[in-house]
Amino acid sequence: MNLNETTVTKDFHLEEPLAPKQTRLEEFWLLFGQNRLAIMGLLIFILFFCCAIAGLFLTSGSKPIFDPSLIRLEEKLRPPFSKPNFDLLEPNQVPTLNFYLMGTDDLGRDVFARMLQGAWVSLTVGFVAVGISVLIGIFMGGIAGYFGQHYIKIDHILWTLFLVSGTGLVFLDVTLSGAALLLLCLAYIVYVVLTRHRSRKKAHPSWRAMLHTNAVSVDTLIMRIVDIMLCFPSFFLILTVVAILPASIYNIMIVIGMTSWMGTTRFVRAEFLSLREQDFVAAAKALGIGNFRIIFRHMMPNAVAPVLVSATIGIASAILTEAGLSFLGFGVPPPNATWGNILSGGKNFIFDAPWLTFIPGITILIVVLSFNLFGEGLRDALNPKLRERH
Amino acid sequence: MTQDKQPMADDNRLISVQDLKVYFRSGHACARAVDGVSFEVRKKETVCIVGESGCGKTVSALSILGLVTTPPGEIIDGRIVFAGQNLLELSEKEMQKIRGNHIAMVFQEPLTSLNPVFTIGNQISEAVRIHKKIGAESLREKCIRLLKDVGIPAPEQRLEDYPHQLSGGQRQRVMIAMALACDPDLIIADEPTTALDVTVQAQILELFGAIQKKQSMSILYITHDLGVVAAIADRVYVMYAGMIAEQGNTEQIFRNARHPYTQGLLASLPSLSKRGKRLYNIPGSVPNPAYKPAGCPFHPRCTHKAPSCSTEYPKMCDYGQGHLARCPILFQDKGHHT
Repeated sequence: MNLNETTVTKDFHLEEPLAPKQTRLEEFWLLFGQNRLAIMGLLIFILFFCCAIAGLFLTSGSKPIFDPSLIRLEEKLRPPFSKPNFDLLEPNQVPTLNFYLMGTDDLGRDVFARMLQGAWVSLTVGFVAVGISVLIGIFMGGIAGYFGQHYIKIDHILWTLFLVSGTGLVFLDVTLSGAALLLLCLAYIVYVVLTRHRSRKKAHPSWRAMLHTNAVSVDTLIMRIVDIMLCFPSFFLILTVVAILPASIYNIMIVIGMTSWMGTTRFVRAEFLSLREQDFVAAAKALGIGNFRIIFRHMMPNAVAPVLVSATIGIASAILTEAGLSFLGFGVPPPNATWGNILSGGKNFIFDAPWLTFIPGITILIVVLSFNLFGEGLRDALNPKLRERH
Repeated sequence: MTQDKQPMADDNRLISVQDLKVYFRSGHACARAVDGVSFEVRKKETVCIVGESGCGKTVSALSILGLVTTPPGEIIDGRIVFAGQNLLELSEKEMQKIRGNHIAMVFQEPLTSLNPVFTIGNQISEAVRIHKKIGAESLREKCIRLLKDVGIPAPEQRLEDYPHQLSGGQRQRVMIAMALACDPDLIIADEPTTALDVTVQAQILELFGAIQKKQSMSILYITHDLGVVAAIADRVYVMYAGMIAEQGNTEQIFRNARHPYTQGLLASLPSLSKRGKRLYNIPGSVPNPAYKPAGCPFHPRCTHKAPSCSTEYPKMCDYGQGHLARCPILFQDKGHHT
């Protein structure tokens, strides 16, 4: 009996894995939990998220529960927590809570309802803009890090130029020369494809060899584009673009996204430069896995931590940018409310009705701060090199 | 080349590397890592390439799969014939179909060769899915069978584990399972036991033997450990500074080494009979591949060197029955004039 028991336990020990069965997620939570500020940031972030979602449902539709655009001229500039004057209001004008939680603005609109509506705008702008910038950043960074040592040949540049200018000319109704450029480009591509399988010993004609010389490495090309993009004062670039494009929330998201991908690209490239030399990448290649699958499926999950951190902080800056644009009047067109245009509407009454400035201002401050704290907490928990500090 | 004319009749050949030259350029220097290497692997055979660090064994193996990173590496010359086609002339797409499917590789470091963010099951099924169309159910079954084949206990549970939860030996078994996933014709094992301790090494070697018997595949085993060679090899190639110094079957190499380098290697093996005596060592060290001595690259360290060694590149001398050594001096000494 006794002997039997020992063999059983021995077998059991053999089956045990040799490393502790703590997953990465558990380890992450343990580290993240020690950082109180980051936990605060996360809680505020969740609260903001819930408010924004609730705001979407409570303020939209034909008969919203909180109507952000209902004008009550008799009730303008009421301070927070004040009771409405029920005698003057028609029944459908009475605020849902029976008092003005955050007061009313110069047109008597309920600021609480407008803040709710603005929360959804801020949330979507933050997430969509950062989503766009992270997608572009990951793609560009991945290519630059993985294919960086490959060279772009002169003919690549030439036929891209021909293709673009040809298409442009066709669209500008200069059909003849446009079509000529396109045909030339097409003929060259067909020629290259047909002669690709020539053995190495047979030399190509000299004009072809000249077109085939290396012009610039992929890494140089992408990273210099990043440098150039970083040179633009991006807020003014956004202002210019928004002034040209029709004012709409989607244009703002796209423009913010297109002007903020450079940081992510740099992070991803840096990660990829070290990941590329790892054995598991060589092992994946030896299994016959294609380059793009290696980049996006095998290497990207290993590089995602710094991207996540920069994305979190990026959301905060996208919200700030949107608020700034709305404040300057280039943002979301009225009557839709965003935190930025509540703030800009309130600045005229800053001494009579300070809540119109302070409520959206402090909300933006808290949300942006919480995102930054959360992002820094993420970075500390995900980056093993920073762990010793705590 | 002389080997070039006969082989057509030899159907037994699986892969043959002919006069391979791989150079690495860095700045002005050009490191001739592999300098005219020819070897072949027959069907169902275990071939060992043995040599010191930096002698070009790994680069030769990597160039079979087209995995030499260019730049700085560059395959200057040679042919690698596998299944009637020269692998060096294939496009990247065609190579991807060969990698993993026909020729698989097991790497040196099991600790870093598995992707840390995916489960074992995920990675093995990836290896299968790349080359074969297979349903989810049978894929899982195949993974479990592969893990069982390489001797991992409770494979159903191990499928959900991440690499860091396994020991070094288990990870190497998983790597072997991944290499076996598509039933390749040839497995290239690049020092697969170097990072493991001796008992695990013995188990892995045993595993290679068992797999080969069961699945009838060829193994190209790269190592610097002559003990491993003696245990598993059918035929041996001894490499030195980018050239094949000697080749033959295991018996010929261990009993009748004909190249001073092989003789030196064997003499420097520790053994019980030499207890208490000073261990032999080959004087000097491996030449820098960018600045190899003229003539025979081994001559500065050689105990048999003659004046011609520093000027003439040595020829391959045939001792019969597939035993060749690149040392004309010893060949003349023994009176093997032809």
